Amino acid sequence: MTSLGPVTLGHFLSLGAVLFALSVIGIFLNRKNLIVLLMAIELMLLAVNTNFVAFSRYLGQMDGQVFVFFILTVAAAESAIGLAILVVLFRNRSTINVDELDELKG
Amino acid sequence: MNQTTALFYVFSAVLLFAAFRVITARTPVNAALYLVLAFFSAACVWMLLKAEFLAISLVLVYVGAVMVLFLFVVMMLDINTDEMRVGFWRHFPLAAFVGVVIALEMAAVLLGGFNLSEAPPLGAAAIKLGNTKLLGIELYTHYLYPLEIAAVLLLVAIIAAIALTLRTRKDSKFVNPADQVRVKKADRLRIVKVAAGVDPRQAESGGGRP
Repeated sequence: MTSLGPVTLGHFLSLGAVLFALSVIGIFLNRKNLIVLLMAIELMLLAVNTNFVAFSRYLGQMDGQVFVFFILTVAAAESAIGLAILVVLFRNRSTINVDELDELKG
Repeated sequence: MNQTTALFYVFSAVLLFAAFRVITARTPVNAALYLVLAFFSAACVWMLLKAEFLAISLVLVYVGAVMVLFLFVVMMLDINTDEMRVGFWRHFPLAAFVGVVIALEMAAVLLGGFNLSEAPPLGAAAIKLGNTKLLGIELYTHYLYPLEIAAVLLLVAIIAAIALTLRTRKDSKFVNPADQVRVKKADRLRIVKVAAGVDPRQAESGGGRP
């Protein structure tokens, strides 16, 4: 354990970056499944929030945590409305496959 | 500090593993459960950053409410997951390229700066009041107006979610209470003048029944 140095701000920011990159890959891979797309967006918000909390700790200011609080609020509202839209979509079309949702194609 | 470092690596490893499983899970139920694990590990990481209130609210709000909502929706929809998996890895090269580019760009920024090796010691106010009270003071003094907007936003979200999913069924015997209260006498009661079958004067003078 002695070989491990102290945790720096870079550690937390790298964690956020890798998490963000993973969720971008997830959006590419799951482009058919709308529900997993929503989950990947949640993961992205989590990565951003981790960055905010890390900066708040290392710069000694509370404002970052206040921002995380508001992001949590908006993300909760977003997922609630997104899932409601998903349910209505499934009721009307019997599918959540993104490829089949092409009625607005010009 | 070393124990903190070890804990950080453990929680990060679990978080990244769970995130990887979220995006590659075979069924959406598995993805939702791994997302719960990811949120929980992230709450532990935030705990290391001394953001106790946010860590607990992440567990309460996300693991407790949002993920249950996700699970409900996943189980309510009848999704053919095998059909969704067709061509799953086809775009993987592009995805990996974009992901690696994002990670490299971030690394280029992070390796140059942000070498804050030690977190500053907590201020006297933070030690005396605690994270929750400090956040509350900040929220209710400097950020009161945004807080109220956030509250209104949540209300809008509730109304929108209900309005979107509400459907009126034709076969239900539901009676609208507002219509029931508003009803007038004239709507329900109709007074009909009925002509008498026998003229009363004639009946009197004629001496009744023959």
